[in-house]
Amino acid sequence: MAYFLQQTINGLTLGSIYGLIALGYTMVYGIVGMINFAHGEIFMIGAFISLIAFTALGLIGITWAPLAIVLVLLIAILFTAAYGWAVERIAYRPLRGSFRLAPLISAIGVSIFLQNYVQLLQGAKLRTLPITVTGGVTLFEQDGFVVRISTIQIAIILLTVSLMGVLTVLIEYTKLGRSQRACEQDMGMAGMLGIDVDRTISLTFVIGAALAAGAGLMVTLYYGSVDFFIGFLAGVKAFTAAVLGGIGSIPGAMLGGLLIGLVEAYWGGYVSGAYKDVSVFAVLILVLTVMPTGLLGKSHLQKV
Amino acid sequence: MLKTLYASTAILVMLSGVANADVNLALVGPMTGQYSSFFDQMKHGAQAAIAAINASGGIKGQKIVLELEDDACDPKQAVAAANKVTSANAGGIIGHFCSSSSIPASEVYAEAGIPMISPGSTNPKLTDRGMKSVFRTCGRDDQQAAIAATAIVGKKLGSKIAIVDDKSTYGKGLADGVRSALNAKGVKQVLDDTVTQGDKDFSTIISRLKSANVDFVFFGGYFAEAGLLVRQAREQGLKATFMGGDGVAATEFGSIAGPASDGFLMTFYPDPRNNPGAAAIVKTFRDAKYEPEGYTLYTYAAVTAYADAVKRAGSTDGGKVTDELHKGSYDTVLGTMAFDAKGDPNMEPFVVYVWKDGKYTPMK
Repeated sequence: MAYFLQQTINGLTLGSIYGLIALGYTMVYGIVGMINFAHGEIFMIGAFISLIAFTALGLIGITWAPLAIVLVLLIAILFTAAYGWAVERIAYRPLRGSFRLAPLISAIGVSIFLQNYVQLLQGAKLRTLPITVTGGVTLFEQDGFVVRISTIQIAIILLTVSLMGVLTVLIEYTKLGRSQRACEQDMGMAGMLGIDVDRTISLTFVIGAALAAGAGLMVTLYYGSVDFFIGFLAGVKAFTAAVLGGIGSIPGAMLGGLLIGLVEAYWGGYVSGAYKDVSVFAVLILVLTVMPTGLLGKSHLQKV
Repeated sequence: MLKTLYASTAILVMLSGVANADVNLALVGPMTGQYSSFFDQMKHGAQAAIAAINASGGIKGQKIVLELEDDACDPKQAVAAANKVTSANAGGIIGHFCSSSSIPASEVYAEAGIPMISPGSTNPKLTDRGMKSVFRTCGRDDQQAAIAATAIVGKKLGSKIAIVDDKSTYGKGLADGVRSALNAKGVKQVLDDTVTQGDKDFSTIISRLKSANVDFVFFGGYFAEAGLLVRQAREQGLKATFMGGDGVAATEFGSIAGPASDGFLMTFYPDPRNNPGAAAIVKTFRDAKYEPEGYTLYTYAAVTAYADAVKRAGSTDGGKVTDELHKGSYDTVLGTMAFDAKGDPNMEPFVVYVWKDGKYTPMK
């Protein structure tokens, strides 16, 4: 029981990160019907910006962890969102209305570009951050097995819940959210009714990138090391999460993220650490063949 | 008139490069990718050795020219790099670094008859396949595994032992070696598991280690995963002693793991920086503000051995140099070194080190 609980804590932490990235995939798919394969790279850029911001804040003497984290989150969101916006403006908008595969291919190109861009600018080495958040809470002990949740795990789950809350308010109760939902239903009609479609789509990318920046910050804090390649695996896993939850569905992305995190943790915990990633991708194949609309997705057929 | 003179001078300059036959040496290793810090060590070692040889007149008047090539520790890229330097007429190869790159690349060099000296590939398979032209200046993983197992049992480092590897040629080879050496001593591990290279999250495997009540973990793999593993283990409250192999010997290990690196045990070669014969060279490095850690001096020694073999053979012909390398002994920064029939050096065995404050010192 204690062991199960510990693996659940591990899985939920991991799942929160996947869920935040998955939101970016699902929101973009919901509105423009394309898979933004460069989203994993946006997350990686978010992680790098967090690392740079931490170092910069350290230099000017801001080292009190809660303040530093909030400031870094704001900085990371600000800069990462600029990347998200630029990618949409440069690589996707000119291709809107073109044949369906064009933006998808463009997305893969952007992904390779961003990876190499960061590799050239930041080097291929693993970049590290000294441990900023320490400590943890021992929940209970059973037969010598200590169930522990570290402060950083608590912070990750809290940050995810608050970002999710902000997003829900944004989508449900603001003008921007209404425009987004309108564009999702019928872009042409929304345009005719006076909604600035281009702006709405731009902002969707910006929000997706901001959430990915949050995930990037958490990864930087949690693991303390970042390299230019982390976007790939995290991106593919988050994509799996989005598909599992039902691509296009916002609660689905979060649920899918948590489930993927738990699948990974339970598989690694009860079967073998060797095929942890395989278990995640087995889920992807299973969902695509058996239940292509996912858990919370709408059942209108669309091909990518 | 002036133009003609200018053009002919330019042509002459080009010709002179060809006329003066240099000794071409290629250094191949992970110039990019997450092991690039090891290449940095190799590059410093090779360049310093070549500068010293060239400054003292080169090999019978011929200068050594170094060409750098990247294999990113990727087996496919390693073969491509091997083909590239082979067709560029390299006389000898210093490299590669990762065993998984050195093994496939060595086949290319063996076919072309070019001698290859690896400063860092420790997998036994590299020299066990009967290729005459393959050498190394470092030890072998089976020697390393035996030393690790002796330390674990002899110093009673743990009673409930887990063995974890990263599935790489090097990591798995080392972990397998430790496992069989331990089993031969009648010690059975309580848990075997693997992680994936490039993984960042080790929380699940750590919970597994915790639930098996493990008090000692041997990790076969490189510093990036080792650092994250021990860091996350301490965060989850796992108190076991960790031990790794030579792949952990990089300063980054200390910065990745932070304070969690204290007490991490590691088998590594006897530090050549302490050799009395190396003192002058070490001083030259330190004067140039570079600390010759890790593989720096192993690469230095590889270059020295190659240059001396060319000198003795009186030719850069691959076959003749190979024969020379198998004969006699070489005075290197690592001490007097002779290669056996397989191409392995007759070196001192490995030593167990312990990490503390981002540095490693021999364990007492």
